[in-house]
Amino acid sequence: MRHLLNPLDFTVEETTKLLDLASDIEKNPAKYSEKCKGKKIATLFYEPSTRTRLSFEAAMLNLGGSVLGFSSASSSSASKGESVSDTIRMVSCYADICAMRHPKEGAPTVASMKSRIPVINAGDGGHQHPTQTLTDMMTIRSLKGRLDNLTIGLCGDLKFGRTVHSLIKSLVRYENIKFILISPKELKIPSYIREDVLDANNIPYEEVTHMEDKLKDLDILYMTRVQQERFFNEEEYIRLKDSYILDKEKMNLANEGMLVLHPLPRVNEISVEIDDDPRACYFKQVQYSVYVRMAIILTLLGLTDNN
Amino acid sequence: MLNVGSLKEGFVLDHIKAGKSMEIYKYLGLDKLDCQVAIIKNAKSSKMGRKDIIKIECPIDVINLDILGYVDHNITVNIIHDSTIVDKKQLTLPKSIKNVLKCKNPRCITSIEQELDHIFYLTDEVKQVYRCKYCEEKFTN
Repeated sequence: MRHLLNPLDFTVEETTKLLDLASDIEKNPAKYSEKCKGKKIATLFYEPSTRTRLSFEAAMLNLGGSVLGFSSASSSSASKGESVSDTIRMVSCYADICAMRHPKEGAPTVASMKSRIPVINAGDGGHQHPTQTLTDMMTIRSLKGRLDNLTIGLCGDLKFGRTVHSLIKSLVRYENIKFILISPKELKIPSYIREDVLDANNIPYEEVTHMEDKLKDLDILYMTRVQQERFFNEEEYIRLKDSYILDKEKMNLANEGMLVLHPLPRVNEISVEIDDDPRACYFKQVQYSVYVRMAIILTLLGLTDNN
Repeated sequence: MLNVGSLKEGFVLDHIKAGKSMEIYKYLGLDKLDCQVAIIKNAKSSKMGRKDIIKIECPIDVINLDILGYVDHNITVNIIHDSTIVDKKQLTLPKSIKNVLKCKNPRCITSIEQELDHIFYLTDEVKQVYRCKYCEEKFTN
């Protein structure tokens, strides 16, 4: 039985297969509409989420399966003190696969150790968010036609931004990737990404505090939100939240082919005035996320054509 | 030099950095064992100037000494059987450490679920980096 806890749980070859499957789903949705008939996904969301939870649910419904779950810790037995291990043992009796979002880092790993069904990490604290990463990769591959030879700017909260960590870990496996890491010094990427991923793989990167000079060099600009829920200190959040705002003026400095991605939700870090710019691709990402999650569900349940 | 009687069966941990013996006592969980333990602090050493020594009288399969590789791989571990040294254990960094180090990341699942094992994996042998199995945070003293 396989789980998806970390973006590196799939090799490059497996990732290619998964993205090929997602692309095929995009082209031929009817072919997959009954693949999961009789199967259930449990969405165990211990913290609020709109996109990820709805996207998982839409993915399973598109595959002909059904959905059960909870959307906040307060509406689950976690509020009575039930452990993740006990919850997953119980859910294993009800569903065929589960997607877990938890504010504490490593919770899906704990679940996978006791689970009898595949566990998908749908985001754990500031740690990992592998299904968003696979969505990001599908967006880049579909719109740029490649996952290698790219200069990628990552901007905003690089310390707690789990999508950033997962994306870096995945993209370093491709040829000729360079990162420009744009953040205030308080929100720089954590040491385990810098040392164990970037340095360990000899990946070129620059850490800068201003984006303006770098925009012309980027193939991708990946924006992130400064997340209030990751701060213990409100004052620090208020001080840092408006660090980077992407607007028309900044977009004029960027090259013609630069794609702007964002895992959403945004607050004000991307001005709505650029939503109609053809380079703004964050809503396309949302559409791709459903195809990717459909492909993940099929793969982990062993329901691909190869099985 | 203070004299402490010789062991029949057990371990002599020699060349411990002076002052580190109580830390090792805690790491090895010696307080939980019902056996004789002698801690010698600040013994004279030609090699180190001063050193600590721990003598433990117990069956040799009772204690897992792997953690010593993490604490200080220069410690000499003499294994005693029938009052003679039968082996000297070579210390290496353990690949994983269970329930000795505690994850200090307040965002880690271990911070709210007390019954979970605290497990750390060696991720960089050269820099001696251990990371939490769950949240991947680096362990720092």
